[in-house]
Amino acid sequence: MTDATDTAAEVRPARTSARRSGTGRAGAALAPYLQAAPMALVFLIFFVLPLAATIVVSFWQYTQYSIEPALTAQNYGDVFYGCLANLPSLCTTFLTYLSTLKFCLIVWATTLTIGFTIAYFLAFHVRTLKVQVICFLLCTIPFWTSIVIRMISWIPLLGRNGLVNQTLISMGVIDTPLEGLLYSDFAVILALTHLYTLFMVVPIFNSLMRVDRSLIEAARDAGASGAQILRHVIVPLARPGILIGSIFVVTVVMGDFLTIGIMGGQQIASVGKVIQTQMQFLQFPLAAANAVILLAAVLAGVWALLKLVDIRKEL
Amino acid sequence: MTERRPRSFYVLAFVFALFLMFLYGPMISILVLSFQGPEGGLVFPMTGVSTHWFQRLWEGGGQVEIGSALRRSFVLALVVMVLTVTISVLAGLAFRRQFRGATVLLYVAIASLIVPSIVVSLGIALEFRLLDDAIKDFGAATGIGWIQNDFVSALGPFTSGLGAHLTWTLPFGLLIMFAVFNRFDPAYEEAARDLGATPWQTFRHVTLPMIAPFLIGVAVFGFTLSWDELARSSQVMGSQNTLPMQLAAKTTTVTDPEIYALGTATTGGSILLVLVTFTLISLMQRGRAKRG
Repeated sequence: MTDATDTAAEVRPARTSARRSGTGRAGAALAPYLQAAPMALVFLIFFVLPLAATIVVSFWQYTQYSIEPALTAQNYGDVFYGCLANLPSLCTTFLTYLSTLKFCLIVWATTLTIGFTIAYFLAFHVRTLKVQVICFLLCTIPFWTSIVIRMISWIPLLGRNGLVNQTLISMGVIDTPLEGLLYSDFAVILALTHLYTLFMVVPIFNSLMRVDRSLIEAARDAGASGAQILRHVIVPLARPGILIGSIFVVTVVMGDFLTIGIMGGQQIASVGKVIQTQMQFLQFPLAAANAVILLAAVLAGVWALLKLVDIRKEL
Repeated sequence: MTERRPRSFYVLAFVFALFLMFLYGPMISILVLSFQGPEGGLVFPMTGVSTHWFQRLWEGGGQVEIGSALRRSFVLALVVMVLTVTISVLAGLAFRRQFRGATVLLYVAIASLIVPSIVVSLGIALEFRLLDDAIKDFGAATGIGWIQNDFVSALGPFTSGLGAHLTWTLPFGLLIMFAVFNRFDPAYEEAARDLGATPWQTFRHVTLPMIAPFLIGVAVFGFTLSWDELARSSQVMGSQNTLPMQLAAKTTTVTDPEIYALGTATTGGSILLVLVTFTLISLMQRGRAKRG
């Protein structure tokens, strides 16, 4: 790090220093705005305005060919068609959300369990930074492949004549190949866990590395068992990391349509897939209404979690 | 270091090994199967070892699409990479000082990360559709010929597609810059200033060299996030597809190991990229150590 000072020393006291003092103060006050402007502009054009457009269009009408400005709640009515009238039997929308919620909870549980265990191992049992870096590299290499390739790579393992079925049959556990391995709920959960566990490991690891090791020793000296230390010391201190990882996994799964589409053999419904299908049929206002509802559902969950942790402080 | 490992270490090490197997197993299986014999199918056993499927992929039997999609994805990822690094560094510098709207910008960036990709994609598609209508109306009203005759849509990989990718890469870039600047010692910059360096000289000769290794990280992140992006791309690329979209379209008709060969080829390319990057970083650090 000493080189920086050396480099600085080489910088000659410039002639500009006199000029700088003149414009310096106003320029310094303006600088952060100019520096933040490109990012603000990108988010305005490609994030804020599109969301606004979505909300506006969700109140529009549509024909087979075009969308027309209007102010109608018809699209929302269509989304929830029969939802109240037919209770207690659930309408398509509720069923779809329920199914998506099911995937959310299961994948959250699997990624959190596996992610925490791996992060714990890396943070507390791997003793040198070098080995930690190597372990992380080992975990990240598979992520340099396309998501799609990572999904289809389950075919040779889980397919009807795949490795799992072949092994089970040759071991005499089953006589006929299991059908439900690929293109099923199981396959979706497996693929989502495969794709997103690392996103749980990284923030939890980050939190665990900040845990003061003397706290654990103090707990042990005070007679706490391993389980008690984990439950009352480590988990509470890892909470920020757990929350960040959870937010990421839950929101990704809530809006997922690719994994559920490909691994579910295009047979399992999800909110994201509904939106995608409606867009293919050019039913933009209907898709927009669905998007607004999905957005509200996701943000409601995240807002509560965000209240609990200041992300900026954790980095 | 000679302290004996507790039993839990071995249990957890075993779990970690299982996790690695879980991560690598599928990848290795398609790596192996991409060398399947010409008569072989999508699953084991291998009917021989050949590069038949790679040859078919190379000759591109009836799928010129893949080649052009690959080039398009590569160029797009490069553009996204450059913009992500530049914009993230600038914003990172801005956040070191106080400015009005800082909190809003931060929350927008985080929101961009957690709003479901399909919603972002739909929003941008809608926005550009409205823009198309406006442009066409404008063309009709003013009688500008090329708009009336040739204009189809503003949607495309380097307009809406680029924007969609940036909404995905910039939040990561910004968060990495936070992490970098939170650990950054401003004393070096103060020293430079005391010695009379201009703000630009301070940035160019002090700040930039110190954060350079992390910028390579941001660059790699930006490139790969864009290269592999699919969910946000789905509605915004207009009539042109990126490589992941082309691959996803192919999954509905997986009939032979050619797609495994494609997977192996793209993975090989990505890993090569990472190796080159890490070599670059370590060379830079060695060069610095020598100078220091």
